Amino acid sequence: MSPGSLPRYIVQRLLLIVPMIWVILTLVFLVLRVAPGDPVTAAVGDRLSAEALAERRAALGLDRPLLQQYLEYLGNVARLDFGQTISDNIPIIDIVRDNGGATLTLALAGLLFALLVGVPLGAVAGRRRDSISDVVIRLFGVITYAAPVFFVGLLAKLFFSVQLGWFPTSDIATPITKFQVETRTRILLLDAALGGDTDAVIDILHHLVLPAVTLGLLLCGVFIRLVRVNMLQSLKADYVEAARARGITERRVTSAYAFRNALVPFVTVLGLQIALLLAGAVLTESTFNWPGLGTRLIDYITARDYIAVQGIVTLFAVVVVLISLLVDVVNALIDPRIRY
Amino acid sequence: MSASDVVVSAEGLRIWYGTERGPVRAVDGVSFELRAGETLGLVGESGCGKSTLGRGLLDLLPEGSKMDGSLRYQGHDVLAMSTSRRHALRGSDLAMIFQEPLTRLNPLMRIREHFEEALRTHEPGVGKDELRRRSMEVLRRIGIPPTRYESYPHEFSGGMRQRLMIALALALRPAFIVADEPTTALDVLVEAQILEMLHDLRSEIDTALLLITHNLGIVAEACDRVAVMYAGEIVEIGDARDVFRNPRHPYTRELLRSTISLSTTGLHYIPGAPPDLVEPPSGCHFHPRCPDAMTVCTTTAPPVVESAGTLAACWLQSPGAIPAGAEEPLRRREISDADEA
Repeated sequence: MSPGSLPRYIVQRLLLIVPMIWVILTLVFLVLRVAPGDPVTAAVGDRLSAEALAERRAALGLDRPLLQQYLEYLGNVARLDFGQTISDNIPIIDIVRDNGGATLTLALAGLLFALLVGVPLGAVAGRRRDSISDVVIRLFGVITYAAPVFFVGLLAKLFFSVQLGWFPTSDIATPITKFQVETRTRILLLDAALGGDTDAVIDILHHLVLPAVTLGLLLCGVFIRLVRVNMLQSLKADYVEAARARGITERRVTSAYAFRNALVPFVTVLGLQIALLLAGAVLTESTFNWPGLGTRLIDYITARDYIAVQGIVTLFAVVVVLISLLVDVVNALIDPRIRY
Repeated sequence: MSASDVVVSAEGLRIWYGTERGPVRAVDGVSFELRAGETLGLVGESGCGKSTLGRGLLDLLPEGSKMDGSLRYQGHDVLAMSTSRRHALRGSDLAMIFQEPLTRLNPLMRIREHFEEALRTHEPGVGKDELRRRSMEVLRRIGIPPTRYESYPHEFSGGMRQRLMIALALALRPAFIVADEPTTALDVLVEAQILEMLHDLRSEIDTALLLITHNLGIVAEACDRVAVMYAGEIVEIGDARDVFRNPRHPYTRELLRSTISLSTTGLHYIPGAPPDLVEPPSGCHFHPRCPDAMTVCTTTAPPVVESAGTLAACWLQSPGAIPAGAEEPLRRREISDADEA
């Protein structure tokens, strides 16, 4: 219970990242190699003779024993050298740097939408259990969670972009905006804002709406269910009855007692939802041609580019772990009972 | 004492819950009065409706329950009030202390916030310093050091949390408190402290106290009057000493015989189980378990009879009113094990 144990907990969690990354690297390494095809066949398989293909494989080191390739790759990663893509010879670091910003923008916007819409809806549904609004909200939650992201994305594009013409169908900004915004942080939206370019900011936000809502709806369904269930639980709690007996107003009972206490378990599982958020981001990006890591990841998977896929997946894994750690810390701040 | 001293009075109060099998008559025509500064003990077996009655008085019943009859607080008809007016009585006029103190405080709020919130809800104009002064005063009175003012509930023991609950109620100076088994979850030493606090409370602010308990020792120690409840009805109510010395109702008598003390040589218990409140027995609800049951008890509910200030609902109290031939002792098959289970 000593207050100084939170830093120790954080260090422990950070150290645990190392074995976890090893497991993920190994899994990705194996899965990619079990999958049919290799980078060479994927790129030029139907155009070159068998000898020429073998030659190319040898040049990439793909003809060596699997174990040797594996150990060599692990060794490189241990030196923080993630290597270069096989298909287009770009350092992994550059891919992350150039595309990470777009993914970050999309993921945060989607998360923000889900929090702003899903959490209040879940709270209302829990407060008014079995009312019409509860039934409607629950139905909405189930549908948004169950519907595939790419399907929702396509429908949204078809309706809002093609039919109504309200939003662009794809990409993060118009070519002119991309050209004009000066690169500083490599997060386009932030760069535009820092440069004071209002038109560019509006243009990017305009492009962001549909992808962010599409991704946000996926999480929204999860959030509604989580908040609703926890709200129902905390409304039944003894301290809620005791507060009513003290004459605390129903509004305050709902907000300070039921809702606040419902947020504790919600925040706990929020960390787990980050994985869903990133998975959703990959699909959303490819649906909307959003120039982020997800789009690149799918390109490289198609190209059987082992190095690229390993690098991007590892990055995703690290992000998930760091964010769930952050969530734990936030939770300790919300709930005075939690001490690690 | 004059009638104006009466803080709470109930007349034919009924509370029932809807279930799939039909309404559960948890409280079935209960009448009592409580005066300022008086403590009424409410005793009975588990499931006899005593907690339901306590919650009903504060309108804290779960959804799907109904209440009728007459309930008056300081002369005002509570059941005729709007919901918001009724709820406005909570805290400042009517208070409740619960059985499980460990789960009754908001785990995310400091003790200070609990006090400030309660005081501010009922006296919106009170300034920050005044709030602090008054909370501190109450805390001091219940023996919680001021240094713990900023603590969270989980940093207190069960006994301390129950004292905090009492202090929270006390800070608002209610005229009537329902204490629902306030010491059941606590050890004996803490129990004595809590009872002492409740005692002080009513002498200091003249609060009327309804003390719900299944512990007859507590009633003997802490209550002026006692009401014995069985199957949703008050079967006997009167001065605690008088009732204990001279129980009129067989249920009271059997209940007293079932208490355990150092001189107890064998355990006594009342055979059978409390009745089903969806379809309670005909006549006197206690007749299936009553050692003194007569034929009349199975058919007709006994009248309430007063003797020396104590009211009891038992045919033994009004032998003259029993129809001829119905005073035969009830012959019945022995209560089998299957019935008890």
